[in-house]
Amino acid sequence: MSSYTELEAQELREDGGPPPGGPARVRGRSPFQLAWARFRRDRLAVASLGVLALIVLFAVLAPLWARWTGHPYDATFPKTGLDPDGQPRGPSGEFWLGADQLGRDVLVRAAYGARISLVVGILAALLASVVGTLVGVLSGYVGGALDTLLARLMDMTLALPYLLVAILLATTFQISSVGASLTMTILVIAFFSFAAFGRIIRGQVLSLKQKEFVEAARSLGASNTRIMLVDVLPNLVAQVTVLTSLLIPTSIVFEATLSFLGVGVRLPMPSWGSMLGEGSDVFQTAWWLLAVPGVLLLLTTLSFNLLGDGIRDALDPRGDRSGGRR
Amino acid sequence: MSARRIEGEGEVLVSVEGVYKHFPIRQGIVFKKEVGRVHAVDGVDLRVRRGETLGIVGESGCGKSTLARCITGLHPVTSGRILFEGTDITGLPKSGLKAFRRDVQMIFQDPYGSLNPRRRVGSIIGDPFAVHATAAGAERKRRVQELMELVGLNPEHYNRFPAEFSGGQRQRIGVARALALRPKLIVCDEPVSALDVSIQAQVVNLLKDLQDEFGLTYVFIAHDLSLVRYVSDRVAVMYLGKVAEAAAVEDVYVRPRHPYTAALLSAASVSDPDAAERAERIVLTGDVPSPIQPPPGCRFHPRCPKAAGRCVEEDPPLIRRDGDAPGHVTACHFPVEPGESLAGREASIAQVSTQPDLPEVEQ
Repeated sequence: MSSYTELEAQELREDGGPPPGGPARVRGRSPFQLAWARFRRDRLAVASLGVLALIVLFAVLAPLWARWTGHPYDATFPKTGLDPDGQPRGPSGEFWLGADQLGRDVLVRAAYGARISLVVGILAALLASVVGTLVGVLSGYVGGALDTLLARLMDMTLALPYLLVAILLATTFQISSVGASLTMTILVIAFFSFAAFGRIIRGQVLSLKQKEFVEAARSLGASNTRIMLVDVLPNLVAQVTVLTSLLIPTSIVFEATLSFLGVGVRLPMPSWGSMLGEGSDVFQTAWWLLAVPGVLLLLTTLSFNLLGDGIRDALDPRGDRSGGRR
Repeated sequence: MSARRIEGEGEVLVSVEGVYKHFPIRQGIVFKKEVGRVHAVDGVDLRVRRGETLGIVGESGCGKSTLARCITGLHPVTSGRILFEGTDITGLPKSGLKAFRRDVQMIFQDPYGSLNPRRRVGSIIGDPFAVHATAAGAERKRRVQELMELVGLNPEHYNRFPAEFSGGQRQRIGVARALALRPKLIVCDEPVSALDVSIQAQVVNLLKDLQDEFGLTYVFIAHDLSLVRYVSDRVAVMYLGKVAEAAAVEDVYVRPRHPYTAALLSAASVSDPDAAERAERIVLTGDVPSPIQPPPGCRFHPRCPKAAGRCVEEDPPLIRRDGDAPGHVTACHFPVEPGESLAGREASIAQVSTQPDLPEVEQ
């Protein structure tokens, strides 16, 4: 019984073999390698990744733009940035993307705004996904009274009017420092995003819990903690990655909304949302005040969404049209 | 197959005593009200002796798998006792349960569902060592590779994922995992029914070889009668959560006493075409009643060609009937006599639908 039959060897080749037309496989590839290979074939997703890389570069190099142009993000240039009537000047050699109504450089402010958007978006999404995964796994796996408690908590969070709560928090605590307002914004966004995340994870865990490999682990005598960490979590990686990458653009828009209303990141630190908010007063004469942050916001969220779709397609083997059982 | 095994003597390893497993059906949003129960296992008495293979047969939904999960301690029983080496496992504290789980392992039906797709084979087979902290590092790897060799897998494939193996090889992985801690009892829940017929024999023979080598005791669950005949020393036939008949394997196959057993056997395929031509098929009418509201008295009476008034009122006990070999027990008021033909006879007591007005539930 220790040698292979030809039939089983045949089956092995059919099961784990390369997709039809692919190169003959010499050694096994890990799920990650397979996903990466699928991802690379998705041109739209790769392009989005490229766009995002440029935006990140734009944000990281913000101090460099400020030094080159000689325009710090919070400095006003009434002489060069505003025309004699006090109206902001449009894009020119001095201000590449124009100046705002106080004579500040829109390019430099947009770059600093990109930092805020990306930092808030990514950190809030990560925080929401960590909390959401934790709550979802506990709720789904442990079940019982804990499940009831956590599920109701998530329902409650989803039922709260988030803008009202955010405005209430901002006005109550009177936060004026940039750092504190940044933390507050991230916490508010994460608080209102984790519930939707946790619900999806909970559903996923409920179905994983029924799988025979979880039963097998239980029959081996594995503890619940071990099963959650070793058997349940690795099977959630794909789901969590996709959800997180789709949560980033939502969080960026959320941050922009809060900053637009003046309850997000505090001035003078620019954010795309607050730039839009300030620009909306004078956009009839200075279109670039809306166009620059608006286009950047659109480009970033769109790229993140397309990237998320790409990751989902790459990680979800059922979406793989070229074959393979799982 | 030794004479000792056929006679059913020897030390009792597992004793199932009056085990009931009911799954409540609850409805309501806040206050979950119990509106019914699925009687998955409804009073089962069985004994498994050390070194033997007890086959459990029955159609889908008769409670075989639930019983298996009760024996391995995966499902808490509703009532009754399960003694393993004399210790009742139904009320074991956590520490005792962990020790018990070293001794009892399970092989699952679905070779695809029972292996975590995100973990490498070496880690899956090494799981028992990790959980019970018996071997780590290079020692664990060595022992895992020994196990892989033992079940006929290439130890070089230590770092592969389950998806890179065929169904038969995956089931070998499951066997290796079950074998890792050298358990005393292995419960095989339809271990080959998901495999190609050509692969089935290999896995079954592997299981038999391992039994001889390590003196394992098996509870072997299947719905394939010829397979059960091949692997088992004793057989228990289940119907709707109860044992209908239990005996040494040849007694059941040659001289079935319960009409349900006789019907099952007559429906099994026979390899000899002449014999198949001569065989008279007992055709059962009606459906298996719902386990939510099983029929009163003998559960088989609505479909039984021999049923009489007594069968509706009185649940027949599982005892030895006249003229049977020792250890041959049948739960029937009117057991089938040798030479009696049931073919062509229909159930005399009309079947009343017992399907209650409840939503579909998954067991």
